[in-house]
Amino acid sequence: MSFSEWLDFFLPYVPGFLHASWLVLVLTVLVILVSWACGLVVALGKASQIGVIRQASVFYIWFVRGTPALIQIFIVYFGLPQLGLGLSPFVAGVLALGINSGAYVAEIIRSGLSAIPKGQVESSLALGMSRSETMRRIVLPQVVRIILPAITNEAISTLKNTSLLSTITVVELTLYAQTIIATTFRPFEFYAATAVIYLVMTTMLSQVAAMLERYNARYV
Amino acid sequence: MAAAPTPSAPTSPAPLLRIRELRKSFGAHEVLKDISLEVHAGEVVSIIGASGSGKSTFLRCINVMEMPDGGLLDFEDAHFDFAPGARGRPTPAQLRALRARIGMVFQSYNLWPHMSVLENVIEAPMRVKGVPRAEAVALAEGLLERIGLADKRGAYPSRLSGGQQQRVAIVRALAMKPRLMLFDEVTSALDPELVGEVLALMASLAKEGMTMLLVTHEIGFAREVSTRTVFFDQGRIAEDGPPREVLYRPASERLQQFLKRVLHEHVAGPTGEAP
Ligand SMILES: Nc1ncnc2c1ncn2[C@@H]1O[C@H](COP(=O)(O)OP(=O)(O)O)[C@@H](O)[C@H]1O
Ligand SMILES: [Mg+2]
Repeated sequence: MSFSEWLDFFLPYVPGFLHASWLVLVLTVLVILVSWACGLVVALGKASQIGVIRQASVFYIWFVRGTPALIQIFIVYFGLPQLGLGLSPFVAGVLALGINSGAYVAEIIRSGLSAIPKGQVESSLALGMSRSETMRRIVLPQVVRIILPAITNEAISTLKNTSLLSTITVVELTLYAQTIIATTFRPFEFYAATAVIYLVMTTMLSQVAAMLERYNARYV
Repeated sequence: MAAAPTPSAPTSPAPLLRIRELRKSFGAHEVLKDISLEVHAGEVVSIIGASGSGKSTFLRCINVMEMPDGGLLDFEDAHFDFAPGARGRPTPAQLRALRARIGMVFQSYNLWPHMSVLENVIEAPMRVKGVPRAEAVALAEGLLERIGLADKRGAYPSRLSGGQQQRVAIVRALAMKPRLMLFDEVTSALDPELVGEVLALMASLAKEGMTMLLVTHEIGFAREVSTRTVFFDQGRIAEDGPPREVLYRPASERLQQFLKRVLHEHVAGPTGEAP
C-alpha cells in the first residue's frame, strides 16, 4: 500500500477512533476518581479501631485482588440486575473497574501512610495544629510524593483495563476496532492502530507523572 | 528577643506550671508514679535520669501528647484533672490551646521535609493563631536572623546540617511565642561537633528568662544553665534541687551511680571536673 492509499483507507475511521479514544480517557478519569475514593476509605478502614470495619476492608482487598477483573465486571453488569440493580454498561463498567482498582489504591495509600515517621505528626500536634490540619498540611503532601509512582502505574493499568469493558458493550476503543474489523476484515491494521493509540495515551500519562515527580522531588 | 517573658523570681506566688500526682501506665507497666512538680516563670529545670525512667513520658504528659491516667495539671488558665471520668479532662480544643503555648523540641528534629525553612516556621502561627502571613514571615525572619540562618529561609530541611535543623526546630517552636519550652534530649542525635551550637541557643534562651524543662545527658550544660535539677528514677522524682547540690552532692546512691556512669560516657566533655 502506498502512503496515500493507506491514508484513504484509514481516513474514514479517524473520527470514530478519536471519539472512542475520548471515551477511554473519560472512563479512565471516572474510574480513577472512584478508585481513589474507595482506596482512601479502605486504607483508613484497614487502620480503623473498629473490628468490623477493619475486617470488611481486609475482605474487600482480598476478594478484589484474588479474582479476575473480568469476572468482577460480569458480576456488576450481568449479576446485579438479578438482585434488582440494573446498571447501564457505562455505569456498571466505571463502578466495577473503580472497585477493582480501589483495592490496589488502598494498599498503595496504606504503604504511603506507614512510611511517614511518627515524629512528623507529633511535631505538628505539639504546635497546636489539629488532627485534620496535620493530615492535610503535613501527612498527605508527603504521602502523595511517596505514592506517586505507584499511583501512576495503577492509573496506566486502569486505562488499559477499560478495554475489558468491550465485553459489556461499552463502545470504547477496543470494541470500536472490533466493529470495524468485522466489516473490513483487516484485523492486523486496526488492532495495530488501536495499540498505537493506547500507547500514546499511556505514554502521555507517564510523562505527566514524571513531571509531577520532578516537581515533588524538589525538596529531597 | 521580644517574645521572651520577663524573668521573675522563682518565689513568685503562682507557679506557671503545677503538676500534682501525675500517673501514667502503658498497659501493666507503670511508667510515671505520682509525680508532682511546680515550675515558676523563668525557671530552667533540667531533668536527668536513666534511660527508661520516664523522662520523655513526663514531658509528653505536660503538653498531653500522652494522656495521663490521673493527676492534675495547671498551666496559666488551663486546669485539667486526668482522673478517668473527671469533668476536668481536656477537650481537643483545650489541648490545642495548651500546646499552642508550650513549645516542644524533639531528639529527631522532625522538621517537615516538604516545606522550606521559612514555611516550617510560619505554618503553626498562621494555622493555629491566625497570624497574617506578612506578620508571620517578619517574625520568622527575625528568629532566623538570630540563629544566623536567614539566608537559608528558602532551603529545604534536607539541605541543612543536623545542628541547623535542630536550631530551626527550636525557632519553629519559638515562633508560637510559647510561655514554656520542653526539650527532650535535643542534642542526642547530633554529631559531637554540632552539639555546641544548639546548646548555645538554648543557653541564650535561658538567659532571656524563657521558662524551660529540659531532659539532657549533658551534665555540664545542666549545671551551667539550669536553675534546678530533677533526678528521675523509675517513674518518680528522686531528687530535686539546685544543680550544684543535686549534681555534686547527690543524696541517693542511685543518683551517684547514675552520675558516675554518665560522666564516664562524656569524659571528653567539660563535665568531668570536680566541684
Ligand atoms: N507509647 C508507649 N507504649 C508503651 N510503652 C512505652 C511507650 N512510651 C514509653 N514507653 C515505656 O515507658 C518507659 C519510659 O519511657 P520514656 O519516658 O521514654 O523514658 P526515658 O525518656 O526516661 O528514657 C520505657 O520503659 C518505655 O519502654
Ligand atoms: Mg527519652
